[in-house]
Amino acid sequence: MDLQLSAEQEQLVAALAGLYSKHASSEAVRKAESSDGFDPALWGRLTEMGLVAMAVGEANGGWGATTLDLALAVEQHGRAVGPAPLVEAQVAARLLDRLGDPAVSEVVSGERMITVALHPAVDGTARGVPAGAVADAAIVLHEGALVLVDLDGRRQTFENLGSLPLADISLHGVSPDGPGARVLAAGPDAGAALERATDDWLCLTAASLVGLGARALEIGVDYVKERHAFGVPIGSFQAVAHPLADSATALDGARFLALEAAWAADEDIDRAAELAGMAFGFAGDAARAVTAQALHVHGGYGFMMEYDIQLYWRRARAWTNVWGEPSLAYRRAAAMRLGA
Amino acid sequence: MDFRLGDEAEQLRHDIQLFLDDLLTDDVEAEIYRSGVSHHPGYVSGMIEHGWFAGNWSKELGGAGLDPTSQMVVQEELGRREAPMNASSVSTMVAKALRAHGTDQMRSEIVPSILRGETICVLGFTEPECGSDVANAQTRAVRDGDHWVINGSKMFTTNAHIGDYVYLLTRSNVEVSKHRGLTTFLVPLDDPGIEVQAVYTLSGERTNIVYLNDVRVADAARIGEVDGGWQVLTSSLVDEQSASFAPWLIRLLEEVEAWAVETGRHDDPDVQERIGRARAEAEVALLLRRRCTWMDEAGIPRGIEGPMAKLFSSESLTRAAQDLFDLVGPDALRSFLDPTAPRAGRIEYLMRFSLGTTIYAGTSEVQRTMIAQRGLGLPR
Repeated sequence: MDLQLSAEQEQLVAALAGLYSKHASSEAVRKAESSDGFDPALWGRLTEMGLVAMAVGEANGGWGATTLDLALAVEQHGRAVGPAPLVEAQVAARLLDRLGDPAVSEVVSGERMITVALHPAVDGTARGVPAGAVADAAIVLHEGALVLVDLDGRRQTFENLGSLPLADISLHGVSPDGPGARVLAAGPDAGAALERATDDWLCLTAASLVGLGARALEIGVDYVKERHAFGVPIGSFQAVAHPLADSATALDGARFLALEAAWAADEDIDRAAELAGMAFGFAGDAARAVTAQALHVHGGYGFMMEYDIQLYWRRARAWTNVWGEPSLAYRRAAAMRLGA
Repeated sequence: MDFRLGDEAEQLRHDIQLFLDDLLTDDVEAEIYRSGVSHHPGYVSGMIEHGWFAGNWSKELGGAGLDPTSQMVVQEELGRREAPMNASSVSTMVAKALRAHGTDQMRSEIVPSILRGETICVLGFTEPECGSDVANAQTRAVRDGDHWVINGSKMFTTNAHIGDYVYLLTRSNVEVSKHRGLTTFLVPLDDPGIEVQAVYTLSGERTNIVYLNDVRVADAARIGEVDGGWQVLTSSLVDEQSASFAPWLIRLLEEVEAWAVETGRHDDPDVQERIGRARAEAEVALLLRRRCTWMDEAGIPRGIEGPMAKLFSSESLTRAAQDLFDLVGPDALRSFLDPTAPRAGRIEYLMRFSLGTTIYAGTSEVQRTMIAQRGLGLPR
C-alpha cells in the first residue's frame, strides 16, 4: 500500500490551491451567485490550465489523467466551492471520450462546455441538470438513446439552495440526428454509458465534498479558537471540541475512501462502482455534518449571510441532492455487492 | 497511491484463513465462548508454529520478522474470525514493555517464556476508582529495604485467573505530581496476598478484579525507574491507541449480508441502504487503520491517526450493531449459540460485544480530546 501522492500530483494540487486562492475568493464566489453560480473568468482559467482536457485520453487529444488525478483536482475545487461546473465537465468529457464522439475535441480545446444529465429525461424533460444553466450542450438519456443536445432555447434555469447553475432541459421536438442533436449511443449501451458516467460523477463529487468539508472544518476550528465565552476560548469546551474531532475523523476517512474509489476506477474496476457509491454516501454525510457543526459553533453569526460558513453549508446540501441523497448511493453500492 | 496490500500480504491472509478455518470449528467456538476466556491452547501452538505469535518481532528475538503490512493483515484476520487471542496479545504487549524497560532476568527468562506460549501476563492499570485518568492510580507501593509492599486493587484484569504475572501500575510517591509518582512492577499472580475475583461482562467475557493485600515483591520485580512508571506505561500503550475494530464490523456485515440473501431480502431498498452505509463505514474504518500501518512502513511519525482509527472503528461498530440488529428484527433477539437463532446468533453477540469497544483501550471521549487538542490545535 502506498498513500503518497506522486511528485506530479503534488504539483497539480499546489498549482490548483494557488489558482483557487487567487481567483475563487469568497468575494468571487458570492459575486457569481447572482449569475447562475458561474464565474466565466474562473472557468476560462480552469480550461486554460487543462482541467477538462486532462479528463480525456491521449488518443482523443487529452492528457489521459487518471481518475485519481481528477479527484485530487476537484478536491481543491471543493475547498473553494469554486463557481464553475468542473466535475460535470470532466464527467461529460470522459463519457464523450469513451464513446469516441467528435465533440470531445471541442471540450478539450475549451470551445464548448458540455454537461451530462444524471437521470433519464421523463416526459421529454430532464429536470435539475447540473451545469444546465451555463453549458452549451448536454448529454441526456432520452427515449432510450443517449443524445447530445444543444441547450440554446431548451433550458429553464431556476434559483436554488446551492446557487448552482441548474436548469430543466426540454427535449420536445428533438429529432435524433436532426439539427442541434446527435445520438451518441442507443439500446443497452446508452444506459450502461450513463451508469458509468454516474459512477464517475459520484466518485468525483465525493472528492469535492471532502475538500468542501475540510475547508468548512478549518473555518469552524479557527472560529472556536478565537471566540471567547465565560472567559475562555469556546474550543476548550468538550461539547464544542468533540463533534469537531468526530468531523475531522470522518473527513480523513472520507478522503481516503474517495481517493480509493478514484484509484479503483482505473486499477480495480470490479470494485469501482461500489466504492464510488460508498464514497459519495459517506463524504455526503460527513460534509453535511461538518458544515452543520461548523456553522452551529459560530452561534448567531453562523446564521448571517456575511459569514462564509453559510456558503459551505448550502453547497454541502445542494451537491448531495443534485443526483440524490446519500442514502440512495448506499443502496446503489449495496445492490452491487448483494447482486440484487 | 496504491491501495493494494500486495501479493505477499494476500497470500499470508489466505494462510491465516486456512489455519483459522481448521481451528475454529463450531464446537471449538462454542467452547471458547462458554469459557468466557479468549484463550485456547490450539490457537497458541498454531500461531507459534506458523511464526505469527509475535509475528512482527525480529527473528533473533523469537518473532517472524513480519513487516507492518503483514502484521496488520494477521490482526485483520484474527479480528474478523474472533480468534481466541486476548491472553496472547496482551502477553506479547507486556513482553514488548519488558524488552524495552525490564530487568535482564525479565528479558532473558520471562520474555522468551511468553514467546513460547508458556507464560501469560495481564494488565493491572485500571482501578475501581480510576479508568481514563490512569495516572491517578492509588494502588500503593511502599519500599521496604530491597523489597516493596503493595496494597490496593485493580479492575478489569482480564485473564488474571489463568495468568502468571500482572503488569502493575502503582503509586510509589505521594509527594510529587501524579504522573511523577508512579512505578510499574511485574508481580507473580500466585502471591498469597493476591486475590482474584471473577467479573462477568455483557459480551460473555469473564474478567476480574484483583485485590492486593501486603503483596511483598523484590525490587527485581520493578520495571523501569522508580517513579518512572508513566514513561514505561505510555510506551506500552502506543499499540492500544491504534486498536481497530474494523474486522469485527466486517464480520457483522458478512453475517447480515448472508442473512439478507438467505431470507431473500437483499433486494429490499431498506436492507440495501443499511448494509450500504455500514459497508462504507467499515471501509473507512479499515482505511484509517491501514493509514497507520502505511505511516509505520514509510517511517512517518504518527500523531492522531491511531486515535482516529480507534475512535471511528469502535463508534461505527456500535452504530452498525444496533442498526443491523434492528434490521434483522425480532429474530435478532435469539441468543448466540441458540439453535433457532439466525446466523447462529452472532448478530446478537456482536451487539453486546460492540458496547465495550468504545470504552476500553481509551474511551471515545479520551480519543476525541486527543484529536481536538493535538490534531486540531484546540485549547485545553
